[in-house]
Amino acid sequence: MSALAFADPTFESQAAFRRIMRALSAPGTILACGEALAPPPPLARAAAATLLTLADFETPLWIAPSFPAAIGDYLAFHTGAPRAAAPDKAVFALVDLSADGLDLARFALGTAEYPDRSTTIVVQTASLDAGPRLRLTGPGVRGEARLAVASLPADFAAQWAEIRAGFPLGVDLVFAADARLAALPRSTAIIEGAR
Amino acid sequence: MSARPYNFAYLDEQTKRMIRRAILKAIAVPGYQVPFASREMPMPYGWGTGGVQVTAAIIGPDDVLKVIDQGADDTTNAVSIRAFFAKTADVATTTDTTEATIIQTRHRVPETPLTGDQILVYQVPIPEPLRFLEPRESETRTMHALAEYGVMHVKLYEDIARHGHIATTYAYPARVAGRYIMDPSPIPKFDNPKLDDCPALQLFGAGREKRIYAIPPFTRVVSLDFEDYPFERTKFDAVCEFCGATDSFLDEVVTDDKGGRMFVCSDTDYCEKRRAANKKDAAE
Repeated sequence: MSALAFADPTFESQAAFRRIMRALSAPGTILACGEALAPPPPLARAAAATLLTLADFETPLWIAPSFPAAIGDYLAFHTGAPRAAAPDKAVFALVDLSADGLDLARFALGTAEYPDRSTTIVVQTASLDAGPRLRLTGPGVRGEARLAVASLPADFAAQWAEIRAGFPLGVDLVFAADARLAALPRSTAIIEGAR
Repeated sequence: MSARPYNFAYLDEQTKRMIRRAILKAIAVPGYQVPFASREMPMPYGWGTGGVQVTAAIIGPDDVLKVIDQGADDTTNAVSIRAFFAKTADVATTTDTTEATIIQTRHRVPETPLTGDQILVYQVPIPEPLRFLEPRESETRTMHALAEYGVMHVKLYEDIARHGHIATTYAYPARVAGRYIMDPSPIPKFDNPKLDDCPALQLFGAGREKRIYAIPPFTRVVSLDFEDYPFERTKFDAVCEFCGATDSFLDEVVTDDKGGRMFVCSDTDYCEKRRAANKKDAAE
């Protein structure tokens, strides 16, 4: 059975949350999420599951322009989240890597006193297997972890390093490819150089 | 939907979402205290309302819950919180550390090493490690923003000047992932080394103070000290009267009014398992 949104919001959002939480506490780990959902295309199932689980009337949502209006209507109806006027006003943002690219500095990075007042970006991608493999280290990673994200901008590692220099300010990323997700919290460092 | 008088795990869905968002930020910024809209719970502040809210936001029907109070599964606080979730979330409960997927704790870390499939939820009375040095929240917030932690070292230095050693024995401050100084909650400093590089996710909830913070798995947690006065784990000159353990945190129990006393494991599950193993060895 597949449904537009969670058929049983209490238990399905709890299950999705545990996977999102695990993904953020073990950067680079790929987990299944949103398998039972059938959101309107082109929204990835894991992206839909993440926003259905976490967004509500308290969390302004910014949706990248590549997404059709139907996606905005769908998320507004099922989460009640208001639309953020600009990326740096958003608590959550939805971006499609292949169509929108990714400019991290456009989003809210939080403040020195309240680094939590930042944007969590749900980054939709075609695949978590293709593309250059990022080497990750930091909290949640034992030694070193790898993560491949298709269509990641060429300067992504440089952008990430620049944002990370301002830690604890930063953004947290949830990558969604169909019904799979992986996360990159701001605490993770990308190791430069050849794999 | 259902005829239950309240939602699964007591909290309503919007509250859970709000707490879940705070937990994710806490994981992304290890050791930083994320403010959250703590709810009034059907138990008084000081009884673990922060830990209960964190547990309620993460728990699912497949979880197995263990609750300890100062290491014991059978004290009032532990029993009532376990009963609360057995009733409101209909989850399985256990006293066996290895069987649990979520362990809510008041002031101890289990002696049995935790695994990556477990989550440890701490009940925290005062999350701000700088609070007794600087009472103003606006100031401590700035101090965290600037990583201006000299005053904490002054406090530890004053311990040495006054007592000849660092006299802080519980709620011993630690630095998480090289950035934030955190209060590990009033666990004995004996437990501090267990926080470092722990495979389990550690979540901290303070209900009255409305803060959530976290230590992700495999994160460096360093107890503060000085080169010439390094951090020392509490050592006991005694062994557990019941199981003979020499490696566990011991509680002193007064046995009469003539100065009689004995030492027993604070972690009841650890002690019971050791006693069972000793009995088996003796029988063989």
